Amino acid sequence: MIASFQRTLRTTLVAGAACAALAAYAQSSEPVRVGLLSTLSGPGAGLGVDIRDGFQLAMKLQGNKLGGRAAEVIVADDQASPDVGRQTADRLVKRDKVDFMTGIVFSNVMLAVGAPTFASHTFYISANAGPSQYAGEQCNPYFFSASYQNDNMHEAAGQVVQSKGFKRVALIAPNYPAGKDALTGFKRYYKGEVTSESLPTLNQLNFSVEIAQLRASKPDAVYIFLPGGMGINFIKQFVAAGLPKDITLFGPGFSGDEDVIRAVGESMLGMFNTSQWGHDMDNAANKKFVAAFEKEYGRLPTLYAAQGYDAAQLMDAAVRDSKGKLDDKAAVRMALEAAKFNSVRGNFKFNTNHFPIQDYYARVITKDAKGRITNRLLATPVLKNHADAYVGSCKMPG
Amino acid sequence: MDGILLLEQALNGLQYGLMLFLLAAGLTLVFGVMDMINLAHGSLYMVGAFLIATVTQVTGSYWLGLGGGILGAALFGAILEFTLLRRFYQRDHLSQVLGTFAILLMCNEGVRLIWGDQPVALSTPQSLSGPVQLLEGFSYSSFSLFIIGVGLLVALLMYLLITRTRLGMQVRAGAANREMAMAMGVNVSRLFTGIFALGAALCGVAGGMLGPMLAVQVGMGESILIVAFVVIVIGGIGSIRGAFLGALIVGVIDTAGRTFMPMVFSKLMSPEAAANAAPAVASILIYLLMATVLFFKPRGLFPPQG
Repeated sequence: MIASFQRTLRTTLVAGAACAALAAYAQSSEPVRVGLLSTLSGPGAGLGVDIRDGFQLAMKLQGNKLGGRAAEVIVADDQASPDVGRQTADRLVKRDKVDFMTGIVFSNVMLAVGAPTFASHTFYISANAGPSQYAGEQCNPYFFSASYQNDNMHEAAGQVVQSKGFKRVALIAPNYPAGKDALTGFKRYYKGEVTSESLPTLNQLNFSVEIAQLRASKPDAVYIFLPGGMGINFIKQFVAAGLPKDITLFGPGFSGDEDVIRAVGESMLGMFNTSQWGHDMDNAANKKFVAAFEKEYGRLPTLYAAQGYDAAQLMDAAVRDSKGKLDDKAAVRMALEAAKFNSVRGNFKFNTNHFPIQDYYARVITKDAKGRITNRLLATPVLKNHADAYVGSCKMPG
Repeated sequence: MDGILLLEQALNGLQYGLMLFLLAAGLTLVFGVMDMINLAHGSLYMVGAFLIATVTQVTGSYWLGLGGGILGAALFGAILEFTLLRRFYQRDHLSQVLGTFAILLMCNEGVRLIWGDQPVALSTPQSLSGPVQLLEGFSYSSFSLFIIGVGLLVALLMYLLITRTRLGMQVRAGAANREMAMAMGVNVSRLFTGIFALGAALCGVAGGMLGPMLAVQVGMGESILIVAFVVIVIGGIGSIRGAFLGALIVGVIDTAGRTFMPMVFSKLMSPEAAANAAPAVASILIYLLMATVLFFKPRGLFPPQG
């Protein structure tokens, strides 16, 4: 009787121990979940696809792991719509219980998704959108920009246009948060006359009215912040209308990147644009990234792809440095703030508002040694160790 | 404000108006002759544009693509009419709206399945990609001029077809009084399929003209379909002449609104407020016009003569 009881007890204990061990094992092998919510349809789809491809490439090179733990990436489309973005983010955060969110292209979607994501204490690592709101008064411990602050590239472009001596410039940017950041940023460094400011609706595709106005107001140069399909259509229509011989075209990296060049072709030659990154940047991390990207997808990466790649690297560093304890939010935050990864853009560190301090360069579109029409980075930065203008009004909770 | 700006915007308005006419012509015939509200009309435009883009990519020639796409769109329209839409003619308008809305959604998903979510590349042909100098200091896109030419040519052919041929006579009779036309022995079923295929072919032409200028993507038909409905309501349902003049009015007013509203508003308020308000007001101008026309002339400005 007693022997039988002891035997039962022993079995129970063994079983219990096994259960506990299994539970512990399950916890550590539970994959890190990443919600990659991006724009994968419509005129802005090329941007989201590049972020996704850059991110997935980094995951592949890391053996589908983040900081040594198995990882699962859930990809979703926000259709460039704040409503759809918010609903999908809710699903990712509440049902899929993701540990990190990333991927949003457009700042209006970002501003809609931010509040519910931060409220659930999920870290958002931006691979593109960097709205001024989140850099200043609404800065948040759960938001990190692995890209830039929206104004930055336009500040560098303003500096380039100013130093090239243009005196009359027309500005065109879409009517949404990042479009307004763009115009503010450009005018912070460009001091000449602004002949006109047009704010077409986001994803407008016919620019005949804007082009007629350009012809009438006769500026020396036009600065366009028109991402994705918008920029492709504008430049095609600008060229078809015969304006390039009188008006010099400038843009941020978004309007002169490989996606636009592939669609427009020869007529992009000679255009200056600005970015924190170029595919010909001379550092080991970038060489590895560009070679792997070309091998995997058969095309040159854009700055969106570079930002997606860096976002994945930053998450990898954060999981690694917080020893995989993702429930310890303070530890993850410290690890993110330290940003111990080799960015493809070289210099990279976070400011107190979780936006980068980095260099911004001018790029010019030329034919490279292989005869491809592509961007060439000009080695001297336009703005060095540049921080954004909003950090002063950010009171980051400790 | 100078002459060149006015001329350029007049050309832009004409071009937009003619493209609207291509869509509105089919829509107004189907509505007028068959008493059928077809929300899937924009899908024909989308399918036409996708077919043109695909044939262009495969053959490397825009012209082959254009021809193939127009034929394909006409065939698609005829099949749609023969298999599905003719079952809706006897139903009330609500069933037609629901039924064709379902077809619209299926077309969108079908195109998404075949071609994917992202826009498909379709470029202007090399020979028409440059500018043409019209006046000293004013060059205009040669492709836009080509679009205007095609639009005018199609309008002329439609005019000859409607006023000079037997088919046109039957169409006019059908639009003015459907029952009487049937009683006089018009072969309604063949006529309806023919009209539908013709409307679809015009959608294909519009897809081939606007595809390279805008973008060939899922959902491209919906936004332009709404404006096409505005056009036929203003012009008078069932009337080709109404569709033509209505389309030109809408094209010119919309372009003028988007050009001059910002100028007016920037004199009245701060630049930032003007930049927000002007496009919003400009975009409702055509709907204001439609409401006004409906109020004073409920049958439209140029209804079919009975």
